[in-house]
Amino acid sequence: MDTQKISLLEGREKQVYEKTAGGVEVDIACDKTSLSGSVSQRACVFCGSRVVLYPVADAIHIVHGPIGCAAYTWDIRGAVSSGPELHRLSFSTDLQEMDVIYGGEKKLYKSLIELIDQYQPNAAFIYSTCIIGLIGDDIDAVCKKVAKEKGIPVLPVHSEGFKGTKKDGYKAACMALMKLIGQGSTEGISKYSINILGEFNLAGEAWIIREYYEKMGIEVVATMTGDGRIDDIRRSHGASLNVVQCSGSMTTLAKEMEEKYGIPYIRVSYFGFEDMSKSLYDVAQHFPDKPELMEKAKEIVRDEIRKYYPEMQKFKAALTGKKAAIYVGGAFKTFSLIKALRTIGMSVVLAGSQTGNKQDYKNLKEMCDEGTVIVDDSNPVELSKFVLEKEADLLIGGVKERPIAFKLGVGFCDHNHERKIPLAGFIGMYYFAKEVYESVMSPVWQFAPRKGGAK
Amino acid sequence: MTTNASAMTAKTATQNACKLCTPLGACLAFRGIESCVPFLHGSQGCATYIRRYLISHYKEPIDIASSNFNEETAVFGGSHNLQLGLKNVTQQYKPQVIGIATTCLSETIGDDVPMILKDYKAIMNDPNLPTMIFASTPSYSGSHIDGFHTAVRSAVQTFATGGTKKNMLNLFSGMISPADIRYLKEILKEFGMPFMLLPDYSQTLDGGPWGEYHRIPPGGTPTSAIADSGSAAASIEFGSTLEAKKSAAGYLEAEFGVPRHQLPLPIGIKATDRFFALLEELTEKPMPEKYEDERRRLVDAYADGHKYIFGRKAILYGEEDLVISMAAFLREIGVVPVLCASGGKSGQMKQRMLELIPDMDEQGIEAREGVDFVDIEHEAERLKPDMLIGNSKGFTMSKKHELPLIRIGFPIHDRFGGQRLHHLGYRGTQELFDRIVNTVIEERQKSSPIGYTYM
Repeated sequence: MDTQKISLLEGREKQVYEKTAGGVEVDIACDKTSLSGSVSQRACVFCGSRVVLYPVADAIHIVHGPIGCAAYTWDIRGAVSSGPELHRLSFSTDLQEMDVIYGGEKKLYKSLIELIDQYQPNAAFIYSTCIIGLIGDDIDAVCKKVAKEKGIPVLPVHSEGFKGTKKDGYKAACMALMKLIGQGSTEGISKYSINILGEFNLAGEAWIIREYYEKMGIEVVATMTGDGRIDDIRRSHGASLNVVQCSGSMTTLAKEMEEKYGIPYIRVSYFGFEDMSKSLYDVAQHFPDKPELMEKAKEIVRDEIRKYYPEMQKFKAALTGKKAAIYVGGAFKTFSLIKALRTIGMSVVLAGSQTGNKQDYKNLKEMCDEGTVIVDDSNPVELSKFVLEKEADLLIGGVKERPIAFKLGVGFCDHNHERKIPLAGFIGMYYFAKEVYESVMSPVWQFAPRKGGAK
Repeated sequence: MTTNASAMTAKTATQNACKLCTPLGACLAFRGIESCVPFLHGSQGCATYIRRYLISHYKEPIDIASSNFNEETAVFGGSHNLQLGLKNVTQQYKPQVIGIATTCLSETIGDDVPMILKDYKAIMNDPNLPTMIFASTPSYSGSHIDGFHTAVRSAVQTFATGGTKKNMLNLFSGMISPADIRYLKEILKEFGMPFMLLPDYSQTLDGGPWGEYHRIPPGGTPTSAIADSGSAAASIEFGSTLEAKKSAAGYLEAEFGVPRHQLPLPIGIKATDRFFALLEELTEKPMPEKYEDERRRLVDAYADGHKYIFGRKAILYGEEDLVISMAAFLREIGVVPVLCASGGKSGQMKQRMLELIPDMDEQGIEAREGVDFVDIEHEAERLKPDMLIGNSKGFTMSKKHELPLIRIGFPIHDRFGGQRLHHLGYRGTQELFDRIVNTVIEERQKSSPIGYTYM
């Protein structure tokens, strides 16, 4: 099959790079808005805000605009809550033609008052969608008025879809969180305390991570935003350190908190044994006056790895030599996945992300083997081209990438925000390897045309 | 925190919508045209969200291009982005057709898309340019089903030509499953009369594996067939609430004098009999023996299963046309659809139902348009149904109230094989009947401590 015929679009060449021996060192273009007509796998500003704030479970999330944006994000994430589940409801002002003509402020106000009365939330987030930016609704004023009347924080999130990329949506979400932070009492918070940022408690991952830290003797003040609660967020400025995962979405918040409250931050990843261990050690290192933390961290790492090692060897024996393609939202996750895949004997032939920055791609280039293709803001045609050309056995991505893999007879691992299986933590690495093993080694591929299509 | 959901209902906001936005329907319809790429003129998020939503049901790659608005586009108009997008889609997908639908954003800024397309054609001056279909689908007006019909009508407006009458039928089958489409095609083939079914996504959204990469999945209604639709002997159009002035068959009748025969979706024996009677009349051929057989088996099954379900109460929800036809079918088998609900708002639902179920008021059957899942849930508390019948979005309600849910239509996001479910004709009715009976039997078996092994 001749995938060479699939050419890259004009304007996309600089966002694709193949690492070759003695190849020219070029910077990958990134941080660009997607090319019109290129079928980007990205979403929009609204999506960025919505995914970040979504797991706050004791707040109501109201999407101000026509129905689509709320309908498509109803119960969309696998972010679980240990208590209230208001985040799993979908609220929309469902604007109609007349609202677009005469403005939607009144409808928003009335919706808010009614919903707050009905659900008694601890806060409300109001997301503006595309047309709010055009019809000129003053949602800040409405929020202020409702907050005063109802006595809870009512926070506007300026997430008009077209005003930037998903990253701008992350920023808007962080700004909304900043309005809450600093409002609660920090009394009684330990010196050895952290906030976990950018952990969304998909399939209970935040609980796994929290337990490790608590076992070490660290107090976790707030997780943002997995299993999130308004009151925890309000007092999160009392923590001594911010530990940031999914750096793409939450670094803004960490930086803001550093500037305003002097809280330092570190970047971590909870995927794979290597990075997971490091994220415990790095936190322990931050508190050198309490060496027990490090001892405890080492103990946890030792115990956990021992628990999963035998099974991992089984997976590795089967998977050694298999090839993987990675296309996920944030680049930081890509680094961890490359390391995690190496643990189970797999190499990476394609690595890419929707929202990586220059430094991310530089690091990625250093990490990758020769022949690896690196892409920014890719699309189905490109992904298919490289999966076929590089003869990948596995694709790691999200819902939109899954059918590409299956159509082409390639295994798939779901590593996006809809997943139902925890992939973070030591146990998560075990589940990850298991999922990869089960998909790559499935006998069904013998019937795929590219594998000969057994009859 | 307390949730006073039963104490009062907020009425202004839409909560857990029982509808989707207009552009989604248009994208789905465009997917049923051969060599066509759907293209949304708006923010990147619209295309991505809709892809994700469709993929989760159909499990197939669904590429939808976007003109990817940014702030400048919103201020100065979308002409540049749209034209660049069309160019890129043409280069990357080599389509014969591009189906362009608007969004709330491009509609609100007032982009004159037909004018932009005219300019584009003039600038490109290329006879091999893909044909462009344009559908105006602002999401603040109507719901996904309206977008679907608008796109189908636009396709016919774009391609249909008049001329000498051909011995051929048009079938506009509406928003049905790929399995239903395959069944209808089989029926028409058996009648031995040439036909044009639009939109035909039976293969594009439920196809085989790929040995090589396909830019556009194989299948779909050929544009040459759509062109012939103007000279067909007659059109059959499914959909009780679909008005001629908004429909494809309505256009063909007004423009080329092709008689329009409007039928409810053929679900149940009576509605299917009407469909076959019309086919017999139009083709001047008797119903093939094969379908007589299917009908006989169905009548026999009704007899075998009737006692399990008589008098059982169901809540039905979904698109109006599906709900209306399902309600009539349930009346045939002794089930009472106590509430027939839809997020759509045609204003005709009650009237169309009365035509099929004249005693609906006496039977305590209510029809409600423009409702959401929270409204339906309130009604469920009052009506105490035995089962819910509708798409998978009723699951939350079904779990909370411990009501069995029979999944039909679109979307089915929490079960496997939604694209392969039959609903139409004797075959589809048989499948639905079996599932309804089995649901009741299963409930009865589960709730009995005895453990009956014969039911």
